[in-house]
Amino acid sequence: MADTVTEAKAGFTTKFYNSLFEVAEGEKIKTCLQCADCSGVCPFGYLMDFPPGRMIAWMRAGILDKMLDTDSVWMCVSCYACTEVCPKNIPLTPGLMTRAKEELLLAGNIPTELQSALEFSQRYGNPLGESPRKRADWTADLDFEVPIMRKAKRPVDVLWFVGDYASYHPRVQKTTKAFAKLLHKLGIDFGILGPEENSDGDSQRLAGERGLFEMLAEKNGKAFSQYEFKEIITTDPHAYNAIKNEYPQLGIEYPVRHYTEFLTERIEEIKPLLKDNGKKKVTYHDPCYLGRANNIYDAPRTLLEAIPGVEIVEMSHTKSTSLCCGGGGGGMWLDGFQWEKGEVRLSDWRVKEAVTSGAEILAVACPYEPPRFEDSTKTVPGAEKIIVNDILELLIGAME
Amino acid sequence: MNQDIYVIIEHLQGQVADISYITLAAARDLAQETGGKVLGVLLGQNAQELASTLAADSILYADHPALAEFTSDAYQKTVASLIGENEPRAVLFGNTSIGADVASVLSARLSLPLVSSCVKTSGGKLTSQICGGKIMAESELAETTTLITVIPGGYKPESGQSETAPEVILFDAPALDDLRVTLKGYIEPEAGDVDISKESILIAIGRGIQTEDNIELAEELAKFLGGTVCSSRPIVDQGWLPTSRLVGKSGQTVKPKLYLALGISGAPEHVEGMAESEVIVAVNMDPNAPIFDIATYGVEFDFFDLIDPLLEQVEEAKEG
Amino acid sequence: MAKIVAIVKMVPDLVEELEINEAGTGLDRDWLRLIINEFDNHAIEQAILLKERDAGEVTVIAPDAEGVEDMLFTTAAKGADRMIKLAGDLEEGANNHALARAFAEAAKPYQPDLILTGVQANDDLDGPVGPLVAEYLGMPYVGYISGVTIEGNKAIVRKEYPGGLIGEMEVTLPAVLGIQAGEEPPRYVAISKVRQMMKTAEIDEQEISELNPNGGVIAKRMYLPEAAKRAEMIEGDEEEIAAKLVAIFKKAGAL
Repeated sequence: MADTVTEAKAGFTTKFYNSLFEVAEGEKIKTCLQCADCSGVCPFGYLMDFPPGRMIAWMRAGILDKMLDTDSVWMCVSCYACTEVCPKNIPLTPGLMTRAKEELLLAGNIPTELQSALEFSQRYGNPLGESPRKRADWTADLDFEVPIMRKAKRPVDVLWFVGDYASYHPRVQKTTKAFAKLLHKLGIDFGILGPEENSDGDSQRLAGERGLFEMLAEKNGKAFSQYEFKEIITTDPHAYNAIKNEYPQLGIEYPVRHYTEFLTERIEEIKPLLKDNGKKKVTYHDPCYLGRANNIYDAPRTLLEAIPGVEIVEMSHTKSTSLCCGGGGGGMWLDGFQWEKGEVRLSDWRVKEAVTSGAEILAVACPYEPPRFEDSTKTVPGAEKIIVNDILELLIGAME
Repeated sequence: MNQDIYVIIEHLQGQVADISYITLAAARDLAQETGGKVLGVLLGQNAQELASTLAADSILYADHPALAEFTSDAYQKTVASLIGENEPRAVLFGNTSIGADVASVLSARLSLPLVSSCVKTSGGKLTSQICGGKIMAESELAETTTLITVIPGGYKPESGQSETAPEVILFDAPALDDLRVTLKGYIEPEAGDVDISKESILIAIGRGIQTEDNIELAEELAKFLGGTVCSSRPIVDQGWLPTSRLVGKSGQTVKPKLYLALGISGAPEHVEGMAESEVIVAVNMDPNAPIFDIATYGVEFDFFDLIDPLLEQVEEAKEG
Repeated sequence: MAKIVAIVKMVPDLVEELEINEAGTGLDRDWLRLIINEFDNHAIEQAILLKERDAGEVTVIAPDAEGVEDMLFTTAAKGADRMIKLAGDLEEGANNHALARAFAEAAKPYQPDLILTGVQANDDLDGPVGPLVAEYLGMPYVGYISGVTIEGNKAIVRKEYPGGLIGEMEVTLPAVLGIQAGEEPPRYVAISKVRQMMKTAEIDEQEISELNPNGGVIAKRMYLPEAAKRAEMIEGDEEEIAAKLVAIFKKAGAL
């Protein structure tokens, strides 16, 4: 009996190890130097029983099954900091850490808050538990119509994938409306899916729910296939990452761009519309899934520089070293869990850096961020006056 | 069949439940339509004095050791034989841990129709509240004895109370042998916690609070307002607050001066425990949340956007 | 080894607005989104917990409805051994008396020691299902249960009363229990496991011989509650609302 148990446990490690090779460049795990740079750079590494480096060490020792009894892997916010810094380019975030979460989830070792977000995603197609029928309700108080593909019944140039928080979260809806206004002003021929749109599923995938991700991707793929459009644009870096890098593996292939790329291409059209509303010091927070995961660092800054009076100041962590807001990889649904583990919020850390930078405005380009950073400006000393704005809000603000 | 309305009186550990007074009031309303009398049905052992506060024309009382405390089997048998012998127009139960255990079983055993979750009986119209209070359903008494379970909301308990004790008529319980359900004992709720039914300021939280750590925000608000945090069922089910803080069905009934409901939709199971509060303030993002139908003041707003300015201003008001 | 049957139904999901049908006598089912009755989900969890604790066999029975197969495969992924879908003329929804007769008929061949079901559902207009099933099978019923232990041919159950009081009761098996809350909250199962079940597990479809609604009340009229006595709504931005609330708190004597 004891031998069978030992074998089963050793079996787990082997099975887990082999599964890592299924991820692109997964075999690089063999080249780990045990330098521990990954664990050191991890914003929550000090709170983890198994930061990436240790996980690899225990795996090599054949005793990784012990990880299944711990829950601190849920602290991983899938921010790619470890992956970025790894000297051997091991895909730690999409491979090792995500696989570990998948195993915890299969073992039923999952925090309750995350459980309900996953159940909501499955049931309603969004992690907030909102009615899917109300997905386009944010369009109601605009003074022009936002075409919904099913009703518009015509091809469009741009299919705007709005995303979960952008559709439902009252704070983020302000950003969403700003983008709608901008598209309208620029005369872009666009449409949205409305109730047919489902969560992009990327954060659910990175929180270990691969099956749910696939289910949501298939639903979106089916919706995409029913309409004619030239490309997909989104304000959500997580949706962008999913559609660009993950959906093609499921046979769902469409050109996709983040709004910062899309607007940068039209910068000469936009510039004449922007007024000088006075001097402002702005710092820009690189979202993990725009920056490290997809190497888009310049487009957002080009947009900000185009606004008359804007002076960009950088925070100490910037571009590829940017600090996560804490919302990635399921973090949006683990606030209570994170707080319980460490009584810290990554967004507080980031806002402290914004204070130090001397910026008046903290500019962002991801729907996870405005609510998280705004919360932190209320508690971080000296941050009371910092305004958190998506670049879209700053652009629209400069046009009015 | 006669035109009388029977009310099954619920009591626990020597106390008549509020729902029975409410049900007596509903029965009186119905009896005005049928022209019959209101009769309370009291089952117990040496419990006759419990009849004294009941607003009924008379009380039918059965005394038996097996009826000393509620068990479903003994109650079902006793009430079944009583209905069979007397054929009243209707029998009313509380839609509670006691009444619901009996009413449905008797509907099947005696082939009598059952209307549940009835909030109002005026004019012979039986108005039920279903789907978390979002739907009202109207039905009528059937041609046979009709069984009805009552939920709070339509009548005040005071209307079912009386200063003068009604006449008590004894009746014999049927043979209560071979009972399949017996009470082993009661387990009292965790002691030491505050008794929310005695608090005058309550901050109630519901599903809308989303995560456990947000309870801190409610606690902070409660501290400034000199109140206590309580909740609806989902919060207790998650283990985020002890059962002693549960308001509503199978929890506490509260009547504070101020009931601040944060992220509570207002399902009947919750409302029945707090509807009698003096001032109810409800904060909810859903404009159609039923809580707004019973609240004094409503705020259609995201709790998370409101809480910080609210805490600030409450603190200022407290200090100023 | 206990044989446990869990009786489950899909109910209107209250996250959506509900509409009344044209006749004004029922819910408009075209617009209805269905969800597993929350209390039934607790009953399933309790059944699985009992199986894991004492060994046993869990059969889940549910009437056909939109989404019922996904729900049944999910329970299979949680550990249920057998899933039964009751088919019949259910489009317009059947009342609980009709469903209870069908449940009783379907459960009988399995000779269950214990039947668990949610203590109530949000669309119960003719009483909860559990006590009806109990009576049709001649079994005892106890509802509002939040804990179950099997000891020989008895179940020791925790029955919830208002105020947090618990009545510990002994129930002779076989019996039907109306579950208020499982001993643990319903567990999560990975979609991959559910999808696996969709490929490997089978749902046994059984035809309901007769849907007999006798004993269930027929609603003469259904309507949405009027908003007449609605709360006085407080408008404004968060600062203005907070200021108005402070004034109300003061008036109520809380400040």
